[in-house]
Amino acid sequence: MSIAPPLLVLDARLVDPATGTERMGDLLAVDGVIAAIGTGLSGACPAGARIVDARGRMLAPGLVDMRAFVGEPGAEHRETLASASRAAAAGGVTTVVCMPDTNPPIDDPAVVDYLVRRARDTAVVRLIPAAALTKGLAGREMTELGLLREAGAAYFTDGAKSITNAQVLRRAFTYARDVGALIVHHCEDPDLVGDGVMNEGELASRLGLHGIPREAETIMLERDLRLVRLTGGRYHAAMVSCADSIAVIARAKSEGLDVTCGVSINSLTLNENDIGPYRTFLKLSPPLRHEDDRIAMVEALAEGLIDVVVSDHNPQDVETKRVPFAECADGAIGLQTMLAAGLRLVHNGEIGLMTLLRALSTRPADILGLPQGRLAVGAPADLILLDPDEPFVLDVADLHSKSKNTPLEGARLQGRVHMTIVEGRVVHDIA
Amino acid sequence: MTASVTSPLFPHRHLLGIEGLSARDITILLDMAEDAIEVSRQVEKKKSTLRGRTQINLFFEASTRTQASFELAGKRLGADVMNMSVASSSIKKGETLIDTAMTLNAMRPDLIVVRHHAAGAVHLLARKVDCSVINAGDGAHEHPTQALLDALTIRRNKGRIHGLVVAICGDILHSRVARSNIILLNALGAAVRVIGPSTLLPPGIERMGVEVFTDMKKGLTGADIVMMLRLQRERMNGSFVPSVKEYFRYFGLDAEKLAYAMPGALVMHPGPMNRGVEIASDVADGAQSLIREQVEMGVALRMAVLEALASHLPNG
Repeated sequence: MSIAPPLLVLDARLVDPATGTERMGDLLAVDGVIAAIGTGLSGACPAGARIVDARGRMLAPGLVDMRAFVGEPGAEHRETLASASRAAAAGGVTTVVCMPDTNPPIDDPAVVDYLVRRARDTAVVRLIPAAALTKGLAGREMTELGLLREAGAAYFTDGAKSITNAQVLRRAFTYARDVGALIVHHCEDPDLVGDGVMNEGELASRLGLHGIPREAETIMLERDLRLVRLTGGRYHAAMVSCADSIAVIARAKSEGLDVTCGVSINSLTLNENDIGPYRTFLKLSPPLRHEDDRIAMVEALAEGLIDVVVSDHNPQDVETKRVPFAECADGAIGLQTMLAAGLRLVHNGEIGLMTLLRALSTRPADILGLPQGRLAVGAPADLILLDPDEPFVLDVADLHSKSKNTPLEGARLQGRVHMTIVEGRVVHDIA
Repeated sequence: MTASVTSPLFPHRHLLGIEGLSARDITILLDMAEDAIEVSRQVEKKKSTLRGRTQINLFFEASTRTQASFELAGKRLGADVMNMSVASSSIKKGETLIDTAMTLNAMRPDLIVVRHHAAGAVHLLARKVDCSVINAGDGAHEHPTQALLDALTIRRNKGRIHGLVVAICGDILHSRVARSNIILLNALGAAVRVIGPSTLLPPGIERMGVEVFTDMKKGLTGADIVMMLRLQRERMNGSFVPSVKEYFRYFGLDAEKLAYAMPGALVMHPGPMNRGVEIASDVADGAQSLIREQVEMGVALRMAVLEALASHLPNG
């Protein structure tokens, strides 16, 4: 990509979650990075600059999503890097980590290299592949963590799969520590999940569906953290979904382990009751839990026990979703709606705006070791211009994803991204 | 060499490990080996120190070079040497090992050289026989004659061991060679480093008198001696390290990494080598390599060990 021309945003409400500050002012981006932040920058406007009048709208760092399934290579009919990136741009997400659950899986440096180049050529936001932790996502042999990292892998994970063999995980943690790699694990014991398709409890029993106990998550999380205690190294629990997991994470953090965790936007904003009449778009992994669990997630986010919010974007099509609930695939799309869904919590007074934005930009960037996620001179000019109060009704026709499995169809939302800027280039503009 | 050098100077009946040997014990063996080198370089490679003695090489684990080296050492000293290779699969561990030992003991050998896949097996056997026992490698525990021959090779090339920086690289976790070398080199005053991925480093290794590195280039910086270890094939593909390609990239000794060591640093390998896995061919065959010399020193060193122990045998 060629270098974008200078971009000057005037009269914006500058919100920087990295410092927790906001003020009115201007921002100048040159050569893809933030060159100046202040007032009266219009006087110092470089020749050929594009000038955007924010008219008092909020300018914040672009969002960094640590977890999205894309489908390229292997399932391009559900989503390509290009379509995912357009959905991300429309949702204010400027950096997306793509899961390795592709066909072939991202377990070889050559595949990482392919994806990095393919994203560069076809995507409008930054897409970074995560690499598989085990070969073929089979949970048995570790991948080439060093070479994959050199090729550009963001971190290591078996994506939607959990690794049951503790010896495999121990050695992988140990090896990853040497090469400084971050391991991200989806904690959901497949044996305890068994035939389960939703949260275990009264509702599942009423619906006649097999339940997934919270212990499927907590047992694996406890085990992982004990292994981290043994091996050292950096560990991130991909998504927690229940109150018990928060206690486990809190203990590990208080011990000083280098541990972080995420929560899916779905677990933060929905609960099992939303499944209603067997709505398959709400069959997720981890499953939507009880309202008490959801409240615990929100509180943990506010306290900083949960570090990041992820979209867990997972495009599924008619073949995989228009089937009986118990037989359908897990997952919902979320790149385009994550911010608006999260703002529901802000508007409801459940969480502060700064806390939400931090968990959507600064924290994930820090965990990934990326310089974005902040309004600071020298940081990448990855920005969003938004009106956090503007109402709209989610029309499926407006979704950029190739797949339309959103749990928010027809939902009334508040908070609209007017413009998305990646590396100083406008990639989404509703004007 | 003269017979007087041997006798009571080496105060041990068995050689079960480097552990328990003093610096003086080690130096005596190295000095005796210097004399043995001369014997092996003559046309008539023969002495009579062990004439009439019976040496049994009892190998529960396949070995070509160590067994051949002990066989030649015994024969050059005039002993009657018998090789017994016992397929480990047919052995039912402890009890049968002792039965084997008792059976052999009844045949009245003077020296038994034992290799076994289980750590501690040689010690067990030594308690059950009347003759001298030499450990030719027990599991991941010790391989004392390898460490001694390595020391001999270093001393002949560097003139000393004290004060040298020796880096032992690779699969430390499974290596008896590494353990024996760490003990011996510490006893003689070298500074020992181990280098490998953490998955191949035994827990607590830093308390064995070594400096631990997981970065090869850092670990090699300033090293006088680079000892490479063999990586077993079954450990290469994702169990302990991700792949041969990645292992060679980060831990294989090639010219680029060797350049971080001292100029003229010497390269060693106990063999058999995996070229392109732990060591590049040009380094293995290069001017800094002592790998072939190690093999020659092996025979001489083992002659020295056999002679030293024989001096304690009845009628010795």
